[in-house]
Amino acid sequence: MDRAEKAVDYLNADYGVRSWLLTRDHKRIAILYLLSITVMFMLGSVFAVLIRLELLTPAGDVVQADTYNKLFTMHGIVMIFFFLVPSIPAVLGNFLLPLMIGARDLAFPRLNLLSWYVYMVGAAFTLWAVITGGVDTGWTFYTPYSTTASHTNVLATAVGIFITGFSSILTGVNFIVTIHTMRAPGMTWFRLPLFVWAHYATSLIMILGTPVIAITILMLGLERAFGIGIFDPALGGDPILFQHLFWFYSHPAVYIMILPSMGVVSEIITCFARRRIFGYSFIAASSLAIAVFGFLVWGHHMFTSTQSVYAAMVFSVLSFAVAVPSAVKVFNWTATLYRGSITFEAPMLFALGFIGLFTIGGLTGLFLAALGLDVHVHDTYFVVAHFHYIMVGGALMGYLGAIHFWWPKMTGRMYPEAPARISAALVFVGFNLTFFPQFILGYLGMPRRYHAYPEEFQVLNVMSTTGASILGVGYLVPLCYLIWSLWRGRVAEANPWGAAGLEWRTNSPPPTENFAATPIVEEEAYAYPLKEPEVV
Amino acid sequence: MSSRTSTVAHQFDDAEQQRNASTLGIWVFLVTEIMMFGGLFTAYVLYRSSYPEAFAAASHHLNATLGAANTIVLLSSSLSMALAVRASQVGSRWGTVAGLVVTIVLGCIFLGVKGYEYASKFEENLVPGPFFDLPGAEPQSELFFSLYFAMTGLHAVHMVIGVGVLATLVVMALRRRFDADYHNPVEIGGLYWHFVDIVWIYLFPLLYLLGRH
Repeated sequence: MDRAEKAVDYLNADYGVRSWLLTRDHKRIAILYLLSITVMFMLGSVFAVLIRLELLTPAGDVVQADTYNKLFTMHGIVMIFFFLVPSIPAVLGNFLLPLMIGARDLAFPRLNLLSWYVYMVGAAFTLWAVITGGVDTGWTFYTPYSTTASHTNVLATAVGIFITGFSSILTGVNFIVTIHTMRAPGMTWFRLPLFVWAHYATSLIMILGTPVIAITILMLGLERAFGIGIFDPALGGDPILFQHLFWFYSHPAVYIMILPSMGVVSEIITCFARRRIFGYSFIAASSLAIAVFGFLVWGHHMFTSTQSVYAAMVFSVLSFAVAVPSAVKVFNWTATLYRGSITFEAPMLFALGFIGLFTIGGLTGLFLAALGLDVHVHDTYFVVAHFHYIMVGGALMGYLGAIHFWWPKMTGRMYPEAPARISAALVFVGFNLTFFPQFILGYLGMPRRYHAYPEEFQVLNVMSTTGASILGVGYLVPLCYLIWSLWRGRVAEANPWGAAGLEWRTNSPPPTENFAATPIVEEEAYAYPLKEPEVV
Repeated sequence: MSSRTSTVAHQFDDAEQQRNASTLGIWVFLVTEIMMFGGLFTAYVLYRSSYPEAFAAASHHLNATLGAANTIVLLSSSLSMALAVRASQVGSRWGTVAGLVVTIVLGCIFLGVKGYEYASKFEENLVPGPFFDLPGAEPQSELFFSLYFAMTGLHAVHMVIGVGVLATLVVMALRRRFDADYHNPVEIGGLYWHFVDIVWIYLFPLLYLLGRH
């Protein structure tokens, strides 16, 4: 490629801080999000490191119990609300959605920029809460602990989460409207990439669930700040109502985290197996089914919270039902791999890792949905291991796979393949070593949220901390070589993977308007096998 | 047609696509609003059914006359809003401005009356918190007033935002930004205003009228 004729793209179209802070280009906003959530991820990781250090020994010696409470609370809040929920939608969804459907931008570019500022204001409140002493209620903010008992910065954190919720809502509204109204000619609903379907389902959860957590947090804040006691038992208020409202959002929020990753896996698997997806419409429909079922299972977080046994039975059955669309996806991915000409580039390693870890996370979810078994493992490390398999093993693996897969499109540079494969292996091994022992710990009865534990649990905890160190290295390595690749990476052509999808038909990185001319779509998604990419 | 291309943002192909997108956008946003108020309505339904006597007794301390007057004010404002939208559709600039200004004035009257009601609750020690004092009442009556302030307060915040939106529309109309071909912002502002109005249509009977003899 002739470097002298470097095309104008979204990165070099304009220069200066101002051109970034006032941009309305979905691709630049995606980069702003990428930087912000990376900082939040590192912050959340620091808390995780301290938690694992404390749990290296049975005695509570590294930190006091109060500090430990704050550590796991801040770890959860930062990782969930400020990293996982925005991770794939706000970075890759933002960047790719218009490209994938052949649009010039999202429907509401100014709202998109506003969503980033809203996120930043929310993050600022939360950081302020961290700096001035942290919160110790657990990320769940259960009342009356969060309203009357806790003497920590509940209010500042609640305000931060309340505000950040609106960034989710704005993103969700923007995605839904964009997918409905901005598709290129010929891009029918059943030609949409499954990444887009996954984001459509995610956006539905964002717009239906997030306002409920917003109002719940608002009620909590009113009670704490002004004594407007809606959950106060002294007035006849019901703290369990808080749990219902909280989980009405926070269970579907798990699907906000995992559905985009599932979309990513569908893209990566097809590309590196050179096969069209098996069961396109089933995968698309299963995303919507997960979004719908997701709203009907929140009670499985409350099997031990004085819920009526009949309600619990219904929630249990519905929770089992979520396994069906999840399994549909896993089986279809497996069938796509069958007889594919598979290559193992780093994104594929992350995607395959996702399938394995998500399957374990999903199957252990069935243990927890079973009424009798849940009483035994409720609030133990079994639960901790289960949701980390979904959120870290699933969502984060998908995120890393996506970052690698679309890195050439986002930056115009290839990442170095060898260290990327090593990091994928490190993450997979480190992750399993960290969290698999926790299943056993939980089953043996080690409760979550304690900073000290009986001595017989030490071996498994040492394994877990060792795994966490490997996992940490697995995250640091990509940070180094991805930054390195910005200057020294091989220049990427438009379609380095020979992938299908409109985003690969434009330059890497794309121009500000995405396409020289609006593309016209004449074939289904995943029209593999493609010819070898032409060398320009 | 070419003179109108300036009102079509760069990401859209034509005015119709832009119109469809913004209309769908406001409807999707209103769905989130329904879910948001839904949390409060859920709490209300739960507590009302748990403590019907306490709630009925507490609701007697609300001024139903003022509430009814405010309902009439708000319904009238929806009429003037609808007239403003109609005027914008037929390209009547002054009709649009007049409709919007009347709507703003009615909205401010509503907020004024609401403010007076709040003030009298402070005087009567009916604001939840350390100074709440309702002699002879059950403790759940404070729960009623908690919900009263949370629900009407959130509604009032939406009213204030609505007045701001309408004021922006007035400025835009005066600057000749709308005509018979391009008036979508007025319609969107109207949909938001009607939504806020409809929320009150539920709040008024639930808080002021239910259980009253």
